[in-house]
Amino acid sequence: MLTSTINAFTSYLGSPLPPGNAGNQLWALIYVLIIFAGVAVVVLCMNWIERKALAHFQIRLGPMRVGPHGLLQPIADALKLMLKEDIIPDEADKLVFWVAPLIGLVAAFTVYTVIPFGPSQAVSDMNIGILFMLGVSSLGVLGIVTAGWASNSHYPLIGALRSSAQMVSYEVAMGLAVVSAILMTSLNRTGTGTLSMIGIVQAQQQQGIWFLFKFFPLGLIAFVIFAIAMVAETNRSPFDLAEAESELTAGFHTEYSGLRWSLFMLAEYAAMIAVSAIAVTLWLGGWLHPFPNALNGPAWEFIFSLFPGLTFGALALFAVIGTVRMPSHSFFRIQRAGLAVFALLLAFIALLLFVIAILGRNPDASIAARFREGIDYVYWFMLKVAIFMYLFIWYRATWPRYRFDQLMKVGWKVMLPISLGVLILTAIVGVFVS
Amino acid sequence: MTDVPMANVKDNTLPNAVSQVPSSHLDLETPEHPYLDSNELIINMGPQHPATHGVLRVILKLDGEKVLGTECVIGYLHRGVEKIAENRTYTMFNPYVDRMDYVAAVSNGLGYCQAVEKLLNVEAPPRANYIRVILTELNRIASHQLWLGTHALDIGAMTPLFYTFRDREEILKIFEKYCGARLTTHAFRIGGCQYETYAGFEKDVKNFLAFFPPKIDEYETLLTGNRIWIERTKNVGVISAEDCIALGVTGPVLRASGVKWDIRKAIPYANYSDFDFEIPIGENGDTYDRYLVRMIEMRQSLRIIEQAINGLPEGPIMAKVPKVIKPAPGEIYHSIEAPKGELGYFIVSDGSTQPYRLRVRPPSFVNLQALDLMVRGMLVADVVAVIGTLDIVLGEVDR
Repeated sequence: MLTSTINAFTSYLGSPLPPGNAGNQLWALIYVLIIFAGVAVVVLCMNWIERKALAHFQIRLGPMRVGPHGLLQPIADALKLMLKEDIIPDEADKLVFWVAPLIGLVAAFTVYTVIPFGPSQAVSDMNIGILFMLGVSSLGVLGIVTAGWASNSHYPLIGALRSSAQMVSYEVAMGLAVVSAILMTSLNRTGTGTLSMIGIVQAQQQQGIWFLFKFFPLGLIAFVIFAIAMVAETNRSPFDLAEAESELTAGFHTEYSGLRWSLFMLAEYAAMIAVSAIAVTLWLGGWLHPFPNALNGPAWEFIFSLFPGLTFGALALFAVIGTVRMPSHSFFRIQRAGLAVFALLLAFIALLLFVIAILGRNPDASIAARFREGIDYVYWFMLKVAIFMYLFIWYRATWPRYRFDQLMKVGWKVMLPISLGVLILTAIVGVFVS
Repeated sequence: MTDVPMANVKDNTLPNAVSQVPSSHLDLETPEHPYLDSNELIINMGPQHPATHGVLRVILKLDGEKVLGTECVIGYLHRGVEKIAENRTYTMFNPYVDRMDYVAAVSNGLGYCQAVEKLLNVEAPPRANYIRVILTELNRIASHQLWLGTHALDIGAMTPLFYTFRDREEILKIFEKYCGARLTTHAFRIGGCQYETYAGFEKDVKNFLAFFPPKIDEYETLLTGNRIWIERTKNVGVISAEDCIALGVTGPVLRASGVKWDIRKAIPYANYSDFDFEIPIGENGDTYDRYLVRMIEMRQSLRIIEQAINGLPEGPIMAKVPKVIKPAPGEIYHSIEAPKGELGYFIVSDGSTQPYRLRVRPPSFVNLQALDLMVRGMLVADVVAVIGTLDIVLGEVDR
């Protein structure tokens, strides 16, 4: 009895079926937990990276005091936010005020259920994945609108109004850009496209080209449209009208503080990662490493599988340089030790990744090989997402903010016609090619 | 419909806004239907607001995002500087003027010292005037840098603020070495300068002359050709030359509207007639033109400093001024071109050691009056852009 239960359980876990199929609900649950924890950690890291990168753009140092090079700053911030007094204004609609940050957070995190970190590294392989994504990610604005309304205050109300108008005008262009990418998936022998996120990446693999370069420059234009719309969708600079610090003090979250405010931040960063992940999936080949068709075979696989280790090795090297360069005054003893430990940790991770890459270099079914493959997929995916995250910071450091009417003008009069044109041209070219 | 929460907001803010503005030209009446009215929104922008450059309070009447009217409420920083002047001797009052426009303290001091000199019929020696010109023009650059940084920040570009503050530091270092203070310098005395230039002053100033032009280029790289910057500033806050003159608006705001009026050229003071420089003027009188005018002014200031430092004459730095300053009864008006516009001092002397009455004509205060005209019909985002482009300092507005 016991043996058979264990056998059933192990076969259940070892089921080769792709995620989303009935056999893997337990894995789906585990993935959900991993993603939830992982995104929370990544948001903490992003907080530090954004502050540091922005500071270096602006000839400052950024956080330097809490931990070596301010590494513990996000943790200190999180603690501070949790310990702050929980203020709900008297005039606010308490229930809605309470629910609003959760709406944004839930919407931002739900998108991750369809994001494929690898062919089987996804919570689910929904056959309408991209529609689901578009639907859920635009729910995020509901959180902002309700927050602005429930605060029962003028500045948040204006912020909420701006945000909803902004969302309406950019969702359309975004949707059309996405459709042109979906059209490209149908350009195979069977002529059937797919809305599944995993299917879209696999289509890029089969066609041997990232959709970014497909029908040059059509794919590129659609991608650029999406890349602009996703900044507007996440309310980031230069489209950060909803918070518009210098105009509306803090926009929709003026009345929020403490933990509730941090939920908005969490949702914002989670949404940023989510939309970047979508752009990566649709146009940049998702989990595929660069040039998947030209550079394949065991040797190339092995070389590409060394990259995760190399990345962490480089990070460890930076940490070591930081340790060496730290002033030799006794005030810095603890910081120095902390940074050294951090460097060791990074070096250990790098070593582990190298070991896995070497052990799993033969493409067989051994655990090491499967592990190596999984790490590769997730690594290339996250690397591409990281580029977008850096771009988000770069935009913020460089550009002034658009005005409300100009933003609408760009959305309706520039981006919508272009994305519509690209969609039609993609369809025409696609018909001629196939 | 008994407890619509929206009604509370109206109840809290409206009577407050009305009660503190006795003679408002805005129609601040409570609408007939207090519930669910979708007509106009009255917002208090300030006195605690990140973009009002201090403690300015602007009551905005909005139709959605559109500004129907504004009402400036000032006086949150009122210190009674003009009244203080009546109870201090001429010498004692000198440091007080630095606290008005604290980002251009040197200009304030120059205006005051020259007004008293005019009252005393004293002329500062040429060397003193040259030192004054160098420091005043450096201060003009510093003031414009602060304007640029905060103006860009208001429009949403964070980075120029840090660049301008980095470079402003070099000017403040020169001030600090010259007179020991960085912000409220009290650099000049009635009759000339108290301090001779320190060893290495010329070198520092010349270093700055070489150091700064690439930095202006750097600011311009970030902003001048930036599409978003142009969209945010072109045709925003337009004011015609006639309106400028009618309202008494001066300085870069007036020049951007196309009026070639600069007191340094029109009524030269402090040996400004010795120097060769140009007055930039704009065409449209919009925020972008005002931006360009100030950028060119910084370059022109460099030109003046270069000529002044190369031609710095030898000689005394202090005119013969009595120990106790007791001007003959009479009145005098003297104005200079401060970074923000015409800064004038009207002094009435009754023959005692203290002014009978001292009135300051602050450029910020006068220019601020144009705000309502410039933002009517624009959007909320333009209000902060226009406040930034007027370059007001609340210390000077309220005095």
